[in-house]
Amino acid sequence: MAPISIDAAALLTSVQSIVPEIIVVATAIFVLLLDLAISEEKKHLLCGMGLLGIGVALFSVYALGQGRIEGFSGMIVHDGMGAFFDVVILSACALTFLMATGYSEWEGTHKGEFYSLILLSTSGMMFMAKGTDLMTVFLGLETLSIPIYVLVGFHRNRMSSLEGALKYFLLGAFASGFLLYGIALIYAVTGTTKIPVLATMLYDPRILASPLFLAGTGLLLVGFAFKVSLVPFHMWTPDAYEGAPTVVTAFMSAAVKAAAFAALIRVLLVALPGMQPVLWKVLWGLAVLTMTVGNLSALVQNNVKRLLAYSSIAHAGYILVGLVSGDVLGGQASLFYLLVYAFMNMGAFGVVMLIAQKEDEGYDIANLAGIGFKYPALGALLTLFLISLGGIPPTAGFVGKFYLFSAAVKNGYIWLAVIGVLNSAASIYYYLRMVVYMYMVTPDVEVAVPRPPRILFSMALCASAVVVVVLGIIPRSVLEIAERSVLSLLM
Amino acid sequence: MDFINSHILSLMTFLPLAGAAVILTVPGGRDNLVKTIAAVAAFLPIPLAVQLWFTYDRTVAGVNVASQFQFVEHYSWIPSINVEYFLGADGISMPMIMLTTIISFLAVIGSWNIDKQIKGYMALLLLLETGMMGVFCALDFFLFYVFWEVMLLPMYFLIGIWGGPRREYAAIKFFLYTLLGSILMLIVMLALYFNTTDPETGGHTFNMLHYMQQSTHNGWLQGFDVRILLFLGLFIGFAIKVPLFPFHTWLPDAHVEAPTAISVILAGILLKMGTYGLMRISFPMFPDVTKWFVIPMAILGAINIVYGALCAMAQSDLKKMVAYSSVSHMGFCLLGMAALTPAGMVGAAFQMFSHGMITAMLFFLVGVVYDRAHHRDIDGFGGLAAVVPVYTFFITVAFFASLGLPGFSGFIAEAMIFIGSFGVFRTIVMISASGIIIVAAFHLWALQRVFLGPLNPKYAQLEEINAREIFCLAPLAVMTLILGVYPMPVLNLMNASLIRLVDVVKMVI
Repeated sequence: MAPISIDAAALLTSVQSIVPEIIVVATAIFVLLLDLAISEEKKHLLCGMGLLGIGVALFSVYALGQGRIEGFSGMIVHDGMGAFFDVVILSACALTFLMATGYSEWEGTHKGEFYSLILLSTSGMMFMAKGTDLMTVFLGLETLSIPIYVLVGFHRNRMSSLEGALKYFLLGAFASGFLLYGIALIYAVTGTTKIPVLATMLYDPRILASPLFLAGTGLLLVGFAFKVSLVPFHMWTPDAYEGAPTVVTAFMSAAVKAAAFAALIRVLLVALPGMQPVLWKVLWGLAVLTMTVGNLSALVQNNVKRLLAYSSIAHAGYILVGLVSGDVLGGQASLFYLLVYAFMNMGAFGVVMLIAQKEDEGYDIANLAGIGFKYPALGALLTLFLISLGGIPPTAGFVGKFYLFSAAVKNGYIWLAVIGVLNSAASIYYYLRMVVYMYMVTPDVEVAVPRPPRILFSMALCASAVVVVVLGIIPRSVLEIAERSVLSLLM
Repeated sequence: MDFINSHILSLMTFLPLAGAAVILTVPGGRDNLVKTIAAVAAFLPIPLAVQLWFTYDRTVAGVNVASQFQFVEHYSWIPSINVEYFLGADGISMPMIMLTTIISFLAVIGSWNIDKQIKGYMALLLLLETGMMGVFCALDFFLFYVFWEVMLLPMYFLIGIWGGPRREYAAIKFFLYTLLGSILMLIVMLALYFNTTDPETGGHTFNMLHYMQQSTHNGWLQGFDVRILLFLGLFIGFAIKVPLFPFHTWLPDAHVEAPTAISVILAGILLKMGTYGLMRISFPMFPDVTKWFVIPMAILGAINIVYGALCAMAQSDLKKMVAYSSVSHMGFCLLGMAALTPAGMVGAAFQMFSHGMITAMLFFLVGVVYDRAHHRDIDGFGGLAAVVPVYTFFITVAFFASLGLPGFSGFIAEAMIFIGSFGVFRTIVMISASGIIIVAAFHLWALQRVFLGPLNPKYAQLEEINAREIFCLAPLAVMTLILGVYPMPVLNLMNASLIRLVDVVKMVI
């Protein structure tokens, strides 16, 4: 047997393309080991180490830039799109760690495995966002999902946490099965799992007409739809979001969604543009269903976590609107919105986390009563995040939605835009309901006493608020970066 | 000085916002400091408005000619979709800008007795002023929309937090109605954006003045059916704000619950945004559809006049009565605009200005009596003229102005509207004219029940109107009287532009 020759230069580029991921994984392992070495009182060091690692990873993304670096014989690529999503996912992860500084103390999640699971999941997301081979995407998906299953059930003594974890695990396992089966069927027809190669093969009308290929594509979509919680594959979302430790819920809502959408965007825009004539109808229907069901269900929720869970379903629908049109403007809008969404949604969860003194009971909407005047800073922040989620100028949420709907109008999907804005208007009602409780309802009992935020926690909230306001007023540069990222994909 | 002159509209728009920011930094408990800062921030635009008044060139029209706009500021804002920061004034916006500065300042003074969360209240009031000024100055549709929405939230909070017993309901109703209108506007804006091209660059544009050049319209905008849909979308959006029947139901609720100064702003300025939008956006951008739609508009105007007046007559709550009288008066604006004659259009614009002052007076006056008696039931008073003669004097002036007595500005406006529209639709105008009788009737009837007749002994000790309240009312009363005798200062300001507007709409065959 001849020895396998190693192309040193190719290996170097390969490693280079995944530097941020390597740093994150290394940090995860280091945190886990450090946990063994330090005493109980010094557990906050774990969080600090994690933050340091995330910072270095972010810097490495910056250093790599937006240039295209292919690695591992085309299994993975660091391009503008990959860099953009690395930033989104790492930011979400950083916000999670900043918030965990306080949360872990209150709820007892100051454990090495907690932090290292979040980091491992983050690395999976980053791989998923950069995967140019369906197998890489699948591996990324599994790497991100398994730690999340554990994290959702991290509060072993809370029934709702366990229930959420089990539901998420069972449905998630099915989703992974669907995804893998879809990949297998696509491979059976085309003989490849490489996304760019698939794109070239779709010019062959025989492949497009093949029922196996269509079934494969359908299953692939179902797999993604589970992860980004599109209706009707959203059943797990409210339970998992409600049961999970809130800091994990915030992380899931922002980062998992970003990663899964990243892979979906790559597949739709690179591999399947040939299927656009068929696919847009499916996506159109999914987007309408997701927005409408998400918003209507959110209207009647009294638990803030469930409310935000349904709102996050609705937001997946808005983002899908950008993908229906399948052009650069739509992709750019989706990217921008995912970034903005990460900050505004995590910000909202952060404030809610402070106000609720206890998991389960603390998240009743009535608990917000009177907060606005007693704690003006918290009230103002939550209001800001909520109006941004509702898409009211001059916040970043408005600019994002504006871009999404203008992509739809530009490509002639007028009704989709109309349904979208009507949904957006309906959503204002439940966001404002929380504001009504904060400012206009006199509490029956005493006003809830929020937990005093740690400095790092306050930093996370302030950073989110700054992003929401600044991107609402001067979105120019980020929009241009998003545009370049989508263009890098189509090169 | 140069900076002030070249950024005068921006300064007028953002000085209140700066004031709001300063207020938020004031430590708690310093209520008087907060009020003083708010008053200064709301006052500063007034000298600038005076400056505008003296430097505005009344001979050029504006409307659809970019080079004729004055005090223009034009910068790129979001270049990737060609959004511009584009402000400018012409004869349509000038009176509204003046009105906004005056009413906002008086509203701050009128809020002096608010004691709950004064910091938040004043900050929101100033933010509201920024939104309103922005709407009247913006010449970029995106910018217009942003200001339009920016104005929504402060209003929502001001009604919802500082309002009466059913404030939550009223606030959310106001918010959802207006939001529905603005999302319709958003869709139309997107449709316009993607179906017009900037004649200079060839790209898409949000520039309103480009939208008014019919030659820039392509794609969908060439189909008349689509144009009708788009026009109706805009029309409903603005009609909710005016508010036109059948979209008016939020108005009485909002007014009854809102605190006095907020009612003043709501009726004095916010309602005018609806008719302003029609003049600035709907009419010149869709002149062909406007001509097709004049009869329905005139009918809606007539319904507003008569129905609003009848509703006002049926109210037992003084504030609700005034609110419905606004519905009736805004109907006149629509009737005048629909006629598409110079007299009708100028009358409508003058009615916007005049009604802004008169209704502001009325709401201030209702607030005065409510502060003292803690109710507004018309039949719950009686013979107050004997106890509070000065107050009675002011309310009589305001009521007479409101019912259109000659000598007050409201008469001039209504007379012009009738003169302008009578030749165009006779029957509708004759029906509308009956509204005047009803308007007169309910004003006089209310005056009689509250101030005349035997004194209700409960109110024998009623406190007379104080100096601060007179300070809010006197300028408005004096202006109403002066403009009622000699309306030319305001008419000169807007004549050229409105005549151009009529021409722009009429020239299309």
